[in-house]
Amino acid sequence: MVNALAWMKEEDPPSNPAKNRRGPMVEIRDLSVYYGDTQALHGVTMDIPDRQVTALIGPSGCGKSTLLRSLNRMNDITSNANTTGEILIQGQRILDPDTDVANLRKRVGMVFQKPNPFPKSIYDNVAFGPRVHGIRDKPALARVVEASLRRAALWNEVKDRLTDSAMTLSGGQQQRLCIARALAVGPDILLMDEPTSALDPAATFRIESLMDELRGDYTIVIVTHNMQQAARVSSLTGFLYEGRLIEFGDTKTIFTTPKESRTEDYITGRFG
Amino acid sequence: MNTRALSKTDALVKALLVGASSVSVLVVALVLFFLLKEAVPFLSDSGRSTLFSTRWTPVSFQQEVYGILPLLSGSLLVTAIASTIAVPAGIGGAIYIAELAHPIEREILKPVIEVLAGIPSVVLGFFGLVVVAPLVKQVLGLPSGLTALTGALVLALMALPTVISISEDAIRAVPGTYKEASLALGAGELETIFKVVVPAALPGISAAVLLGIGRVIGETMAVMMVTGNAALLTLSPTESIRTITATIAAEMGEVPFGGTHYHALFLLGAILMLSTFSFNMAAMYAIRKAESK
Ligand SMILES: Nc1ncnc2c1ncn2[C@@H]1O[C@H](COP(=O)(O)OP(=O)(O)OP(=O)(O)O)[C@@H](O)[C@H]1O
Ligand SMILES: [Mg+2]
Repeated sequence: MVNALAWMKEEDPPSNPAKNRRGPMVEIRDLSVYYGDTQALHGVTMDIPDRQVTALIGPSGCGKSTLLRSLNRMNDITSNANTTGEILIQGQRILDPDTDVANLRKRVGMVFQKPNPFPKSIYDNVAFGPRVHGIRDKPALARVVEASLRRAALWNEVKDRLTDSAMTLSGGQQQRLCIARALAVGPDILLMDEPTSALDPAATFRIESLMDELRGDYTIVIVTHNMQQAARVSSLTGFLYEGRLIEFGDTKTIFTTPKESRTEDYITGRFG
Repeated sequence: MNTRALSKTDALVKALLVGASSVSVLVVALVLFFLLKEAVPFLSDSGRSTLFSTRWTPVSFQQEVYGILPLLSGSLLVTAIASTIAVPAGIGGAIYIAELAHPIEREILKPVIEVLAGIPSVVLGFFGLVVVAPLVKQVLGLPSGLTALTGALVLALMALPTVISISEDAIRAVPGTYKEASLALGAGELETIFKVVVPAALPGISAAVLLGIGRVIGETMAVMMVTGNAALLTLSPTESIRTITATIAAEMGEVPFGGTHYHALFLLGAILMLSTFSFNMAAMYAIRKAESK
């Protein structure tokens, strides 16, 4: 906390180019996260714009996942995690103790690094979330499942085998299934933590094109170690280093004329 | 050159593995063979006409009767009650220990369960005689505490650690990523446990149940000590009963070698083995069918 404030005074706060766009979907204010005694995030402040792809980059251990998992309160399940600061999603303070976490996670979906479909049928994977949130009506469920699979560009590949186990799908298909599963509860925001790092180039390409299609309707935040990917898919990029948001701005600017030397060093592969 | 050497060791390893698995199949076949060899003569004996009678009086001054029905019903009754208690309690306990218990609770519960698993069945039989039987007698107001229910309670106690520890292993082996995915979709903790974790652990849990029930069916000593051993044809848990295993254990030592009674006991053994075998097959089939869904 003290450290974070000292740093804020020493240097310029990260720029917030999101302000002049559609208006922020997520406002992060002075967010610090601690795991026991170690501090993983130091006073991060950033605005994530509505219906754009925002990329988070930075070397391993710099706190990208921690930042992402703060947005749907997944850090809650880490017993020694502690959070200070403020996160507003559509103006609502989600770190308040009386936040309905189930409802928050319905609005903020998550896709993980390794495809993790449930060992259930393809249909049941997608229907899981809607069922959890109380949809019992069979035709309604079937509609949601189909729409979500279509949205995730998987429908044509699986429409004849919905009752097969999800484990029979390829890695890339599994990851698109996980995206469909997340979309099925109707989120506004999609958090993706290195969603293609376990996939081959062809499957990666499909996920990236999918993100391109989804960006008009969803606010997407993606963590990636792949600079080309960040450059390809995102309109904004944040560079995190040792728990601090070093620089945040238009992806093009970050990749061509970064203000900070550390950003440049990282992007050009001099460390990390 | 290199690949040929490799394929040679491959062949050797394969031969060893085939050998090892054949040995176990062979042992099972041999056991069954000798069991049947000693059991079959009973079927050509004059005693066979009494096989489905409702009495088991193999030693008698008037007429020897080898009715297996009371023994079958005794085994079935005790097994059914014990499983009804041990399976849900065991799975529930495993879920609690694996998913809900505080680490300190787990530190205490796990060794206790391991100790329970290690108690010799004779000792559990004593416990049944001294504690469970009087309790059953008092609570239900029975003339004697030596009943099918008493036996079932002791057997349930015996099967419980098996069911708990194997189910718990299965539940803990479920990848944490499933749980994360479920929670990230907005499911609650209990919802996640019952809709994601437990179904994913089901093959292992089924194995735990099979082993637990297998232990119940095969158990002899404890059940012999606490069920009263009256070979009655009954389905009432408050009556004394006698199981197949207890019958074999009690009578085998005194039976004249090669006589009708001797062969009848082997027939009981064969029936026991075939029924556990078919129980396992049926359960395996059910699991496979559930999994392929
Ligand atoms: N559960 C935890 N307990 C303790 N420390 C943790 C925990 N999770 C993360 N950390 C620490 O917090 C810091 C940030 O971790 P985080 O996972 O957010 O990094 P990351 O940027 O996502 O890294 P990567 O690129 O390797 O995924 C790291 O130093 C990490 O060791
Ligand atoms: Mg990470």
